Amino acid sequence: MMRLPWFGFHSPRSVAEAAKILAGEGPNAMLIAGGTDLVPNMKRRHQAPKTLVSLRRVDELKKVSNGSGLRLGAGLSLTEIVDSQKVRGAYTGLYQAAAQVATVHLRNMGTLGGNLCLDTRCTYLNQNYEWRKAIDFCMKSEGDICWVATASKRCLAVSSTDTAPALISLGANVKLVSTQGEREVLLADLYKNDGIDYITRRADEVLTEISLPDSVGWKSTYWKLRRRGAFDFPVLGVAAAVKFAGDGTVEEARIALGAVSSRPLATKAGNSLIGKKLTDEAIAEAGAKAQNVAKPMDNTDLDIYWRKDVVSAFVGYALRELRGDDMRETRMRIARQVL
Amino acid sequence: MNAPGNPSEKMRTRRRFDTIGKPRRRVDGRAKVTGLTKFADDVVLPRMVHCKLLRSPHPHAVIESIDFTKASAHPGVHLVLTGKDFPISYGILPVTQDEYPLANERVRYVGDPVAAVIARDEQTADEATRLIEVKYRLLNTVSSAEDALANPEPRIHDYGEQGNIHRLQAFEFGDVDEALMGSDHVFEDLFFFEGNTHLPLEQHASVAAPDGEGKLTLWSSTQVPHYIHRALARALRIPAAHIRVIACPNGGGFGGKCDLHNHEIVVSRASMILGRPVKICLTREEVFYMHRGRHPVLMKMKTGVTKDGKLTGMHLQTLLDGGGYGSYGVASTFYTGALQTVTYELPRYKFDACRTFTNKPPCGPKRGHGTPQPRFGQEVQLDKIAEKLGRDPAELRLGMVAKPDSLTANWLKIGTIGLEECIRLVVEHSDWNNKRATLPPGRGVGIACGSYLCGAGLPIYWNKMPQSGVQILADRSGQVTVFCGATEIGQGSDDMLAAFVAEVLGIDAFDVRLVTGDTALTPVDLGSYSSRVTVMMGHAAIQAAERLREMIVDAASHELECSPERLVMAQGRVFLSEDPSKGMTFAEAIVFAETKYGTLGTVGSYSPPRAPGRFKGAGVGPSPAYSYTAVVVEAEVDQNTGWVTVPKIWVAHDIGRAVNPVLARGQVEGSIYMGLGEALMEEQIFRRLPAKMSHALVHKFPSMLEYKSLTSLDMPEVFTYLVEDPDPNCPFGAKEVGQGPLLPVMPAVANAIYDAVGVRIDEIPITPDKVLRALELKAKGEAPRVGPDHFPQVPYPKPVYVKTPWEGGDGNETKPADRKQAVAS
Amino acid sequence: MMKNVHRTLQVNGEAQQVSFAPYKTLLEVLREDLNLTGTKHGCELGECGACAVLVDGQPLLACLELAVECEGRAIETVEGLANGSVLHPLQAAFADLGGAQCGYCTPGILMTAKALLEKEPEPSRERIREAISGNLCRCTGYQQIYESIEEAARRMKEAKVPA
Repeated sequence: MMRLPWFGFHSPRSVAEAAKILAGEGPNAMLIAGGTDLVPNMKRRHQAPKTLVSLRRVDELKKVSNGSGLRLGAGLSLTEIVDSQKVRGAYTGLYQAAAQVATVHLRNMGTLGGNLCLDTRCTYLNQNYEWRKAIDFCMKSEGDICWVATASKRCLAVSSTDTAPALISLGANVKLVSTQGEREVLLADLYKNDGIDYITRRADEVLTEISLPDSVGWKSTYWKLRRRGAFDFPVLGVAAAVKFAGDGTVEEARIALGAVSSRPLATKAGNSLIGKKLTDEAIAEAGAKAQNVAKPMDNTDLDIYWRKDVVSAFVGYALRELRGDDMRETRMRIARQVL
Repeated sequence: MNAPGNPSEKMRTRRRFDTIGKPRRRVDGRAKVTGLTKFADDVVLPRMVHCKLLRSPHPHAVIESIDFTKASAHPGVHLVLTGKDFPISYGILPVTQDEYPLANERVRYVGDPVAAVIARDEQTADEATRLIEVKYRLLNTVSSAEDALANPEPRIHDYGEQGNIHRLQAFEFGDVDEALMGSDHVFEDLFFFEGNTHLPLEQHASVAAPDGEGKLTLWSSTQVPHYIHRALARALRIPAAHIRVIACPNGGGFGGKCDLHNHEIVVSRASMILGRPVKICLTREEVFYMHRGRHPVLMKMKTGVTKDGKLTGMHLQTLLDGGGYGSYGVASTFYTGALQTVTYELPRYKFDACRTFTNKPPCGPKRGHGTPQPRFGQEVQLDKIAEKLGRDPAELRLGMVAKPDSLTANWLKIGTIGLEECIRLVVEHSDWNNKRATLPPGRGVGIACGSYLCGAGLPIYWNKMPQSGVQILADRSGQVTVFCGATEIGQGSDDMLAAFVAEVLGIDAFDVRLVTGDTALTPVDLGSYSSRVTVMMGHAAIQAAERLREMIVDAASHELECSPERLVMAQGRVFLSEDPSKGMTFAEAIVFAETKYGTLGTVGSYSPPRAPGRFKGAGVGPSPAYSYTAVVVEAEVDQNTGWVTVPKIWVAHDIGRAVNPVLARGQVEGSIYMGLGEALMEEQIFRRLPAKMSHALVHKFPSMLEYKSLTSLDMPEVFTYLVEDPDPNCPFGAKEVGQGPLLPVMPAVANAIYDAVGVRIDEIPITPDKVLRALELKAKGEAPRVGPDHFPQVPYPKPVYVKTPWEGGDGNETKPADRKQAVAS
Repeated sequence: MMKNVHRTLQVNGEAQQVSFAPYKTLLEVLREDLNLTGTKHGCELGECGACAVLVDGQPLLACLELAVECEGRAIETVEGLANGSVLHPLQAAFADLGGAQCGYCTPGILMTAKALLEKEPEPSRERIREAISGNLCRCTGYQQIYESIEEAARRMKEAKVPA
């Protein structure tokens, strides 16, 4: 049986207490929320933090509050996000993304904050210690080379979160709290295009809240490509949010891609839609632009050329759905469930 | 009493049954739903310690030294073992004794075990393995079958045919060149079937413990306790009488638990040294290294047909990537050709096979053992043939189904064949005639068929003893206990055993107590492989039960003052057939029988009929009977992405008779599940790193996450039809159902994709990138096919030439001199 | 050797005092320290669903749940599913209808299905497919599992048994 390494354990009751423990323990401590990402990684000895600081009993991370938009506590489980009528109704893309994370059980455990902080992944990395030893490790774990592209100066592990592209397309902000104070950043700015240094959250910060702007006039969607209807991380995620004028003209549009970079990729492909209606031509143009910037690497399942080849098609599915086309059959073939 | 292997005609042809054919809760069902079924890792014993194996990080290397001083000194460590502690090689087949429990000097794949640590708990053992220092001298590696042909040095093993060729085989049944020359059309195709693995949900586990007298007991996840017992005695140099192997119910096997595994020997030896129980449970990664799964096979298939759609001859060449050891590979190699004649009439047949050694986990038997690969090739090729001849592929197949009670070109004796009925059923229920070639673009249907053994005719080591034995004890309490070495791996082995005995004795299957898979207590049964259990154990069980029945009826007839023939045993009673009120309970009858005969015990055994083939190599392929299956798959292909969806599958299986229809359907649907996974996504593949920078050759993703097993959301609706035409060679007519239904799935998917979008994917798995590539070729006006493009030079030997039964053959090899005459005449 | 921790766990309605190595997940504590071996494991990484148990009524994976965090939460395993010697309708239906072949994924699926039927006493086939999509089964092809869950739902409705 795969087992965790030894670790010390704290279970604070408040964000302030958690922040204080993190500040005291320094980089040897790691936060654990649902554990669905960290526990397997620890079992594989990617990380062996001396101390785990659990957020499970921090009730304030479970809050949902309405304002002009919606504020979601980072400790809400993905199941709670999926079950939220408010999310389903106003932020469809987030609902669809959350509903396609891993499996029922993992969504019951995993949190929204955890999915946003999800460590980058790679088929050269997410392996047991013995396997990694057999390739003499890689840049992200005890080695020097990135085997995805051996000339690369940086780690090319892939961002595999589903909810981040959806939330980026929805224009979300996140709040980070430490003993130094708190700050709010645009979610898109939380990430860096580096498989190792992929997140700007400092080790002493707790991601506490996700805030979504008002959704009036917006429609959003998320399409996830993976082999199976459950378990799998995305090999491509397409999140699109479009604000329509009354006559169907696009006023704003954001298209974010998952699994094609070391961070969720906020593309500019949506800009080409502004001022236009979602005609087939406009959709094809946006799809081509998105495909252009997508850089799938040999770090996950399926053929990399194919993964790039289908970006435009998936952006097309997303935009056609937002236009009002009946995409249920296609959705069913891809997602294998009603969303 | 009946002679062994000849169950009474009366039982076989009986029309009315009380147990057989009735949907029932399986006799071991309650334990499985309450968590009480004790799998090997659930065995917990006092003073038990835990074993971890240190495995090679190198694909091919010589071990220069091992220093385990630090590991031995690690607190909580009881014992460290290395290859020096295991000087004797072993192997599941007598001809390939090429493995060591812990590597003896040489490692041959990443994951080959090198040392073992036994400690107070698994965590401690794991920590200590990392303290072992091993110095390796690296050797060049071989990563594929073609690589093995191109690089004879360094040799992975110093035995075999030559270089890195493990095994070459060649057979010719009738002059195939002549047949092809005389054909109206000759089709030549290349196919590739990627390797894949069993992925039982239960990881292999074993517990070894010395008993009070110092004798060894091994509880293990194994499908073959008898073979383990035998091989363990040899590997440990302990008399078999001092070893007891208990096969725990397996949490899925699929062929992956048929070998003697290195860890089984290691924990056995460790427990004998330490004098206490030692447990090991493999991690999922280690299960991928244990493997013994589907061989990657490259195939060249040259087939002649007449213009009216009859096969004239086939020349099949196969090239297998065997991995680092022999395992069952010699048998697997035979099986890539041996059953190719059983499904359709094939007047002449030539078959060349080659198995290579590579620096990867060894391949072996997986559900369908060696036959799904050529089945894929033939069924896809038939689809191409049908198109060329302008024929409906279902109708083409109907016209060439092998004949019942016939001999094949390679001297296999076929009994009943329900394939025509199977084809008709799937054609009818799938609405084939209104769908084929008529569905809108992007949607299509494909058909394929197959056949499979009902038990291998010969055991894996040469002997003339029974292949299955059953012993029954009954006593005055009315209890019946049945002993048999057969092994429950989920397929319903225990339920079959209880059902056969219950049917003969007229009692409830639930009232039969079973003792199975325990070499100390049960008569030998060769195990759960080659779909042999229902047929072989069934015959033995019926024979033992009939012998007991005879005694009971005889004693009861004395009491009832009637002749034994007038008595019926049913519903827990023994009574007069013409007046059911006159009789007694089963328990009362037992009392009379025990009074008359003394302690009641009977045995039954079964050996398959001798096969007609007499040439060397004729031992692989014969079986008491063959099952048949037809499958129709509906597929949808997205032309923009190549994404394949399979919404529905229809399957009809010729099972002879369904002993428990609930279980039979489960076996069919489970086969479809596994076949569809193989068709679309399952693959055991490996990766090398840039040669200048690394020596690595690793399994690409030895995990449940990345080895893609279908979830419930990926599984289509399956419509199952059982064709019941009892086979006289089978117990109550029941044939196999555990493996055959898998075979047609992969080619049916490929054929459906062709019907949907007009592209041929001549290799497995059919991933969306391959489909899209083929669609792009089609759009460019090039041949819309993705698949292998060449077949390397293989030094196949001159074939063993055997005349077919209808060309004057007698089953023996024809020497070259005779052959010329044969050809000339 | 580092020190064990002590916790009182509520397992199948019974308070169990247990001492275990703090690195253990709920899976390890159930199987190794409480001898509840009915809960299975197939990967220990959250990739198969074999170890699913209910915690506060929700199906979770015991292999990823830190045991130190389980105090005060109601843990249900397959051992607690039957009512005395009377099988839960799900258990009976799985045994009757082929829902369990090798039986290894069965405990995890039974617990997951129990949570489903508690929330939705009459789930559609689609809902059942979704609910158990995190439990791999290598034997059945799932169809007889769906039928078993549907039959259990039917029997529970007739007998008015709560899930």
